[in-house]
Amino acid sequence: MAGIIGKKVGMTSVFDENRKSIACTLIYVEPNVVTQIKTVDKDGYDAIQLAAFEKKEKNTTKPMLGHFKKADTTPKRKLVEFESFGDDLNLGDTVNVDVFEEGDFVDVIGTSKGKGFQGVVKRHGFSGVGMATHGQHNRMRAPGSLGPGSTPGRVFKGMKMGGRMGGDRVKVQNLRVLRVYPEKNLLVVSGAIPGNNGTYVIVEK
Amino acid sequence: MPLISKKGIAKMEALIKFVEEGQIRTDIPAFRAGDTVNVYVRIKEGDKERIQQYKGVCIQRKNPGIRATFTVRKISSGVGVERVFPIHSPNIEKIEVLKRGKVRRAKLYYLRDKVGKQARIKERI
Repeated sequence: MAGIIGKKVGMTSVFDENRKSIACTLIYVEPNVVTQIKTVDKDGYDAIQLAAFEKKEKNTTKPMLGHFKKADTTPKRKLVEFESFGDDLNLGDTVNVDVFEEGDFVDVIGTSKGKGFQGVVKRHGFSGVGMATHGQHNRMRAPGSLGPGSTPGRVFKGMKMGGRMGGDRVKVQNLRVLRVYPEKNLLVVSGAIPGNNGTYVIVEK
Repeated sequence: MPLISKKGIAKMEALIKFVEEGQIRTDIPAFRAGDTVNVYVRIKEGDKERIQQYKGVCIQRKNPGIRATFTVRKISSGVGVERVFPIHSPNIEKIEVLKRGKVRRAKLYYLRDKVGKQARIKERI
């Protein structure tokens, strides 16, 4: 399973081979550097650590500087581990956007947009209680009953209520790769992906 | 909230433009709301392809860039029909501008409530 670190650029649309307009998202992928190779002998599992997007040396801690020096590369902002990437990679190698081909299906992982404190209607899809008329008020978007009465005499754990929404790690599966531009380090996938423009995303095949 | 510098935003906008640019059609004539247009649409039937003409008044143009669309309204056997086309769609063979209309609005939604003589549009010369 190949993967890569990218940045969400924004959305637009492209016309596909059936001349249909398809909504798509652009992902900017700088060449990723292999900064660590984990093995079963040493770490207990196989994985490859990729790093991407430049960072200033003065903003990097000394332990991390040493880590990047081992791979003979400059400090990077984002480090992600990928399992079962394939074993022909060495420390300091780069992984480019051309690991993906047009027509591939990929999963994209990102952090969803923060929505703040939201009620149950938006957060859990409740339909609200009551009507606007017949003497009712204040109940249009209420959660309703939280449970039975004196048995059990408490509210069950995990009861769906209002609270902070968004800002979660979200994976969107099976997005088709519509275009690959290796010279621009650009990937175009169908549909929407989580997060704001300019946030980091992980693309997996 | 991610802080993106103005430079970063410009860079991202340039990338979006790059993807859109290759698809934007330059062979489409200039027209606007109120103009009478004839749209030649490619239609696929099984594995055969033919071209259908759709003639009517353009009542609106919408959206920037590659997402731009226009709406053509015509009266077909007594019933008003509106069709929305993406301007840059490869399905459009060509667009002919038959008449230029003199209108005072960008969106001619009021035409939907007018029939017969009232739905006429003066010609712009």
